[in-house]
Amino acid sequence: MKKILESKTLRITLYALLFAVLTFAAYTTASAQDTAPTDDEVNAIAKQLFCPVCENTPLDVCPTEACRQWRELIRQMLAEGKTEQEIKDYFVANYGARVLSEPPRTGFNWLVYLVPPVLILAGAFALFNAFREWTKPKSAEAGSGQDEEAGASSDEDDYIQRLEEELKNRK
Amino acid sequence: MTETNAPQKRSVPLWAQVTIWVVLVGLLALVGFGLKRASNPLAEIGKPVPDFDLVYYEGYEYNGTPQMKLSDLQGKIVVINIWASWCKPCEQEAPDLEEAWQLYKDSDDVVFIGVDYVDTPEGAFGYLKKFAISFPNAPDLQSNISSILNRQMGVPETYLIDREGVLRQIKIGPFASVAEIQAFIANAE
Amino acid sequence: MFAEFGFGVLVISFITTIYSGFAAFYGVQKKSASLVESARRAQLLTFPLLTIAAGVLIYMLVNSQFNVAFVYEVTSKSMPTYLKVTAWWGGQAGSLMFWAWLLAAFTSAVTLRKWDRDIEFLPWVIIVSSVTLTFFIGMNLFFENPFTRFWQINGQIIPSMFAPMAGAELFTPQDGNGLNPLLRHPGMVIHPPMLYLGFVAYVIPYAFAIAALVTGRTDDRWTRITRRWSLWAWLFLTLGLVLGGRWAYDVLGWGGYWGWDPVEIAAFMPWLTGTALLHSVMIQEKRGMLKHWNMILVILTYALVIFGTFLTRSGVLSSVHSFANSPIGPFFMGYVALTLIVSAALLIKRWPELRAETEMKSMLSREALFLFNNLLFMGILVVCFWGVISPLASELFTGTKITVGPPYYERATGPLFAGLLFLMAVAPLSAWGLSTVQTLGRVIWKSALVAVVVTALSSIFYTQNVYALIGFFLITLVLATTINEFWRGAAARMHAQKENFFTALIRLMGRNHRRYGGYIIHISMALMAIGILGIEIFQVQTQGTVAAGESLELAEYRVEYRELASWDDRGAAVNYTRSVVDIYENGVYIGQLYPRIDYYYDSQQNMTIPGQHATLKDDLYILLVDWQPVSNSGATFKIYVNPLVNWLWIGSFTFLFGLIFAAWPDKDPADEPVRRKVSHGNKQASAAD
Repeated sequence: MKKILESKTLRITLYALLFAVLTFAAYTTASAQDTAPTDDEVNAIAKQLFCPVCENTPLDVCPTEACRQWRELIRQMLAEGKTEQEIKDYFVANYGARVLSEPPRTGFNWLVYLVPPVLILAGAFALFNAFREWTKPKSAEAGSGQDEEAGASSDEDDYIQRLEEELKNRK
Repeated sequence: MTETNAPQKRSVPLWAQVTIWVVLVGLLALVGFGLKRASNPLAEIGKPVPDFDLVYYEGYEYNGTPQMKLSDLQGKIVVINIWASWCKPCEQEAPDLEEAWQLYKDSDDVVFIGVDYVDTPEGAFGYLKKFAISFPNAPDLQSNISSILNRQMGVPETYLIDREGVLRQIKIGPFASVAEIQAFIANAE
Repeated sequence: MFAEFGFGVLVISFITTIYSGFAAFYGVQKKSASLVESARRAQLLTFPLLTIAAGVLIYMLVNSQFNVAFVYEVTSKSMPTYLKVTAWWGGQAGSLMFWAWLLAAFTSAVTLRKWDRDIEFLPWVIIVSSVTLTFFIGMNLFFENPFTRFWQINGQIIPSMFAPMAGAELFTPQDGNGLNPLLRHPGMVIHPPMLYLGFVAYVIPYAFAIAALVTGRTDDRWTRITRRWSLWAWLFLTLGLVLGGRWAYDVLGWGGYWGWDPVEIAAFMPWLTGTALLHSVMIQEKRGMLKHWNMILVILTYALVIFGTFLTRSGVLSSVHSFANSPIGPFFMGYVALTLIVSAALLIKRWPELRAETEMKSMLSREALFLFNNLLFMGILVVCFWGVISPLASELFTGTKITVGPPYYERATGPLFAGLLFLMAVAPLSAWGLSTVQTLGRVIWKSALVAVVVTALSSIFYTQNVYALIGFFLITLVLATTINEFWRGAAARMHAQKENFFTALIRLMGRNHRRYGGYIIHISMALMAIGILGIEIFQVQTQGTVAAGESLELAEYRVEYRELASWDDRGAAVNYTRSVVDIYENGVYIGQLYPRIDYYYDSQQNMTIPGQHATLKDDLYILLVDWQPVSNSGATFKIYVNPLVNWLWIGSFTFLFGLIFAAWPDKDPADEPVRRKVSHGNKQASAAD
C-alpha cells in the first residue's frame, strides 16, 4: 500500500481528481445561486422603479397583476446575470423615463435639479440685503417709539425677563 | 407710530410687478395645459392622427417588415387595438378580433394592428399564442403610442383610422361580437 | 323625493350666498349699514341650510338609497354604519359638499363675533366668504351633483337630477359599489375631516387679509383678530397630516408613513407657509415688523390650499390619492385664477401702505432667527412646489413624462429640515432685539455639551452613519435647550417664591401658555424627528416564501410561520386570509402576530393588514404578500424592522397636548398675590432687551 501512495504519478492524479471535483462542485453551487434570485434582490431593484401604469406607486409594493409580471421579469433578468443598471435601462427603454424615481440628468431635466437651489440662494441673498438695511442705525425717535410698542405687548414676558435677570444675578 | 420718521413709502418696483404677473400667468397656463391633457387624448376624431413608430414583435410583423411608421399605411383603413396581457376584458374580445381579421386580411384594404400597452414580452407572447393571434402586433415602447391615442390609459381601446390618416371612431372597452367589429370598421368608408 | 328636497336646499343655499355677497357689496357702495346687516344674516343662514342638505345626503347614505348615484358609488349593503357616514367624503361630489359645509360653518361663526371695532372689515369678509362658498356650492350644483339619480329608459341607464326625458323611470340598483377598501378604516373617520378643517379654516385669515387690503386698514388689527383662527387651522392641518401618515403606515402595506406623493405634498405646502406664518406673526406683534411679509404669507397659505385642492381633484396630477377625472377642472381653475390674480393685484396696490418700521439690532436676535426660519420654510416650499410642477412642465415642453420621487425630495429637504432643527434649539434662547454670540453662547453651551456627549455615545454604540449622527446631535440640542428653559424658569421661581419644583413649574407654565406651549411643540417636533430619522435611515426589510414551520430572519428577530386560515365573512362581504406567525427576539419567544389579506367582493380589491409589534426601540412589521398564491405549504411574508418609529406617534400626542396648552388663555395676574411683591421691576430694561 505505502508503495502505491508514494508513487508520484498516482499522487498527482489524485490531486488533479480532487481539484476537478472541487471546481465542479463550486461551479454548480454558484450556478444554482444564479438561477434563483431572492425576493430581496428583486425588491432592491423594484424599490427604485415606479410602476409604469399605476399612479405614482413604487414597483415593489404595487399590487396589480402587471406589476407582478414586471417583478418576475426583474427576477428573470437577474438570473440571466444582468446588472442593476442594465435592468433599469431596459425599463426606461420600454416604458419611458417615468419609471425612474428621479428624472435622468439630461437636457431639460437639469432644470428640475437646479431651480430650487438657485431660488433658495436668491432668497437668502434678498434676506441678507434686507438685514443690512435694517441694521443701519436709525434716528432716536424711531427707537423710543418702538420700545413703547414692544413694552406694551410683552406684559406676559415681563415676569420671565425679570426671572432671567434674577438668574443672571444669581450666577 | 409717528409720521415724521416713517420710512420709504415705496411701491412695488416695475421689474417685480412684471415678474410676478409673468410667473402667475405662466403657472396658470401650465396648469391649464395639464388640465387639457388630462381630459383629451392628442388624437381627436375628425383630425389626422399624429405619426408614430411601430416596432413589431418578432413573428408578428406587417408583411415581413419589422419596423414602420403609421403613415406608411396611408391608403388603407387601419384598426389599432390597444391591449395588455394583464387585462381581463381584453381576453373577452381577443377571439373576435382574430376572427374578424380572418375576414379582412386577404382584402389588403383593412389592416389590424395590435398595440401592447405597458407589458412584459413574456406575458405578451403568452397572450398572443393563447388566442392564436395572427395580425401584426407591436409593443407600445416608451408609452408613445398610447400618449397620442389613449391619454386615459385604459385597456382595451380600439381606434379606427381611415385611408387619409384621419381618426374616425374610438371604441372604449371590449367588442361584444364580430358583427360589432364589422360595423365599427364600416364607419371609415 | 329626498334627493329632490336635498337638491332644492342646495339651490336655496346657493342663492342665499350669492345674495349675501351682493348685499355686502352694495352695502359698502351705498354706505348702508342695514344692507350689510342683511348680508351678514344671509351668510349666517347658509350654515343651517347646508346642514340640512348634508343631513339629507347622510340619511340616504345610511339607508342605502342606491337610486342616488353617489350613494351607489361609495356605499354597499355590507358596510357598517359608521363607514356609510364617512362615505360622505369618500367620493368627489360628497367631499365637495363637505368642504362647502365646513366653509359655511366657519364663515357663519365669524359673522357671530362682535364687529363694533372692525365694522369696515365686515362687508369684505362677507364678500370673500360668499365668493368662495358660491364656487363650492356651484361645483356641486353644476358639475358634481351628489343628488343625481339613475333613470331608466329604453333599456339604458342615465344618471341625471331630473327625468332626462318623458317616460323615464327611476332605477334602483340592488347593491352599491362600496367604498374603496383602503378607505374602510377608522382613520377614514378622522383624517379627511381634520385636513379639511385645516384647509377651510385658513379662509378666515385670508378673508381678513383681503378686507384689510381693500379697506386700507393694514395695521395690526387683522392679524390680532385672526391669530386664533390661524392657530386652530394649523392644529387641524398638522393633525390631518400626521393622521394620514399613521393611516398609510397601518393600512397601505408599504411599511412607510409618507411617500412624497404629489397629493400629500399638496397638503404639506400650506402647512409649511402656515408654520412660517405662525412664527412671523409673533415678530409683527413684538416688533411691529414684517407687515408686508405676513400679508404675503397669509395669502400664500390660502392660495396653496386652494391650488392643492384643485390639483388633487381635477385629474391634473397623477397620484394614488387622485379622484377620478372630473368635469370640475376648468371651473375650479377659474376660481384658482380669480383668487391668485385678485390677491396679487390688491397686494401690489396696497404695498406702499403696509408701512414697515423695521429696525434690527442684531442678526442673532430672535426676530432675525425667525426670519431665517421663514427662509428655510420657503426653501422647502420651493422644493416641493417645483417637484410637483416639474412633471407637468416637462410634458408640456418636451413631451416626455417624468416622475419626481422621494430621492429628489429627501436630498433637497434634508439639509433644510436640519437647519430648522438647529433654529428650534437656538431661537428660543435668543432675545427680542439684541443677542450676541456671547449671550447666546453662555446660555447654550451646557446643552451643546450634552448633545455632543449623546452623539459621541451614539456613534460608539449605535451607528456610524453621518446623517444619523448629525440628526442625533440636532435633536438632542433641541431637547436639551428646550427642557433647560423649563428648568431655568422653574428654578428662578423656586428661588423667588420659595415654592417646590412642581408648583413652580406649573405656575411658570400657567403664566405664559403661549411660550411654554410652544416649547412643548418644539419638543414634540424633536420627538417626531427621532421617529423619522429611525425609519428613514435604519429601516431594514426582507421578503421570502416559507412553508409552515419555517422561519424568516431579520435583524434580531425571527418570524416563524405557523398556519394559515381563509374564510368568508358573509355579512361584511369580505374574504379573510389570516396567517399566524410566532415572533422571536434574540431567540426568545415574544408573541404572535396575525398578518392578513382582506379581499372585498364588491369592489374586487385587496387590503393588506400588517401584524405589528411596537416598542419604543422599533416596530416589527409583517405583511402577508400575495406574489404567489398563499397556502400552508408556502406563504410569502415581507418583514420590515422600523427602528424608533413609534417616537413619531409619541411626538404627535405631545404636539396635540402642546398646542392645546399654547392656545389656553393665561391666568389672570390678579389671581396670584405673590406676584405683587416682585412687581416693581425695571420696565425699561425688560422692554429694551
